[in-house]
Amino acid sequence: MNSKTADRLATGVFILIATIIVAILAGLFFYIFINGFKNISLEFLTSPSSNVRAGGGIRDQLFNSVYILFITMLITVPLGIGGGIYMAEYARPGKVTDLIRTCIEVLSSLPSIVIGMFGLLVFVNTTGWGYTIFGGALALTIFNLPTMVRTTEDAIRAVPRDLKEASLALGITHWHTIKTVILPSAFPSILTGAILAAGRVFGEAAALLFTAGLSTPRLDYTNWNPFSEQSPLNIFRPAETLAVHIWSVNTQGLIPDVEEVSSGAAAVLVISVLIFNLAARWIGSMIHKRVTASK
Amino acid sequence: MAIQTLTRDIFDVKDLNLWYGDHHALKDIHFPIQKKEVTAMIGPSGCGKSTFLKTLNLMNKMIPNVKITGEVNFDGQNILNPKTDLVELRKHVGMVFQKGNPFPQSIYDNVAYGPRIHGIKKKKHLDEIVTKSLMDVALWDEVKDRLNAPALGLSGGQQQRLCIARALATKPDVLLMDEPTSALDPISTLKIEELIFELKEKYTIVIVTHNMQQAARVSDKTAFFLMGEMIEFDETTKIFSMPKDSRTEDYITGRFG
Repeated sequence: MNSKTADRLATGVFILIATIIVAILAGLFFYIFINGFKNISLEFLTSPSSNVRAGGGIRDQLFNSVYILFITMLITVPLGIGGGIYMAEYARPGKVTDLIRTCIEVLSSLPSIVIGMFGLLVFVNTTGWGYTIFGGALALTIFNLPTMVRTTEDAIRAVPRDLKEASLALGITHWHTIKTVILPSAFPSILTGAILAAGRVFGEAAALLFTAGLSTPRLDYTNWNPFSEQSPLNIFRPAETLAVHIWSVNTQGLIPDVEEVSSGAAAVLVISVLIFNLAARWIGSMIHKRVTASK
Repeated sequence: MAIQTLTRDIFDVKDLNLWYGDHHALKDIHFPIQKKEVTAMIGPSGCGKSTFLKTLNLMNKMIPNVKITGEVNFDGQNILNPKTDLVELRKHVGMVFQKGNPFPQSIYDNVAYGPRIHGIKKKKHLDEIVTKSLMDVALWDEVKDRLNAPALGLSGGQQQRLCIARALATKPDVLLMDEPTSALDPISTLKIEELIFELKEKYTIVIVTHNMQQAARVSDKTAFFLMGEMIEFDETTKIFSMPKDSRTEDYITGRFG
């Protein structure tokens, strides 16, 4: 076989692989949307779920998912960015840094169900909180933090060395350089990473089963007092999220319309994650354009 | 650090040795640098000229495993003393890099960056500094209508002049230039060279260059570096017309390097 044929063959193989990947993804979306869209209605999104009768919605689950995500990001983003800055700017190469890096990698490869078990032990039992949004958010933080640290570290390392040197050479301190030059330059990538991580967290079920629980108290959306039992804003109440809801109606649901509810919920979940991804790309490229003045 | 009037040497380097790990990068350098002169450093790649330049504002200290011995006296104080305030030193000794490296901010913010962080808050005062610095580098007329435009939208030569303006805005005494025109086209290079000629009225300039014609055109004194040693240091006209060392002669006549 001469090299031209080999080249054509290689091109063909790679195009084939790419086509398979796209086909799998397209098929998956198609299946979920075909099955899900007919079950999504305004009523489905705005009515509470039902335990035995047909026609329940996903209002509380959708709210819980978004709210847990919000609390998680509130904890993860500052910690993750701080850790990333440390790893990229302060950690000296050596055994301690290698150990930290290994820990972060191990943490990121822990199965989420194990994190859920750990959460049950610590955030539910040891603290005595029971199933809570806060416990769930902490479990998700463990799940999410390594990615956030990694993303931030990579983003900071990708900032041209020139910029850092330029700032230091102007007599600017290290911290000020990080604050005014490095972080703003790294911001688009950090933001993109955070939004992608958010998408992952949004669809997570296993880590929440034993931490945020499988039930939601009767919520009163006019009650904005975060310390009230009925308030949706209370972080010390159990909360079933969308992903957990899909799991629970399929395994232990008594409602007759299990199929409809779970496929509708699945479609909502996938659409949300899709929105996160598209938003990440769009916002990232917009900020990049603005700071680099490229067209 | 008040400028001393007794001596015209702003930098006085004695017995300077520098190691990167095991690599002996600078060997026994003795080097006086005079105020308001342009001192050029030439030599083949890896000869230590850039390393020497970066010792003058201690940018070398960022590199792990670097060891520096000897004396680098700036205004009579040895900056190798561990107590040296790097922030203070770098306010007095500005630096311009090989490639224009403006921050991803507006033109105005780039120039105002140093003064702002060093404590100048008043808009009017900042405006003055920005205007003056941009005028000093002959960029003012080109950008005065778009000071709030992103600096990365400027051409390569403009970016480099902006970086010089940024360095001047902190009112340094010395300006270190590390091959400032190596990434520029001939016209932009000429502009920077003209600029160096004007800047030496007010500033001491130390420039590293690969381009011997450039050294001959812009500098008052020239130092020739080879393999970490300073082979020869003299008036530029003497170095280029009658070098004392045969290695200098070989280099400037293009026989190696």
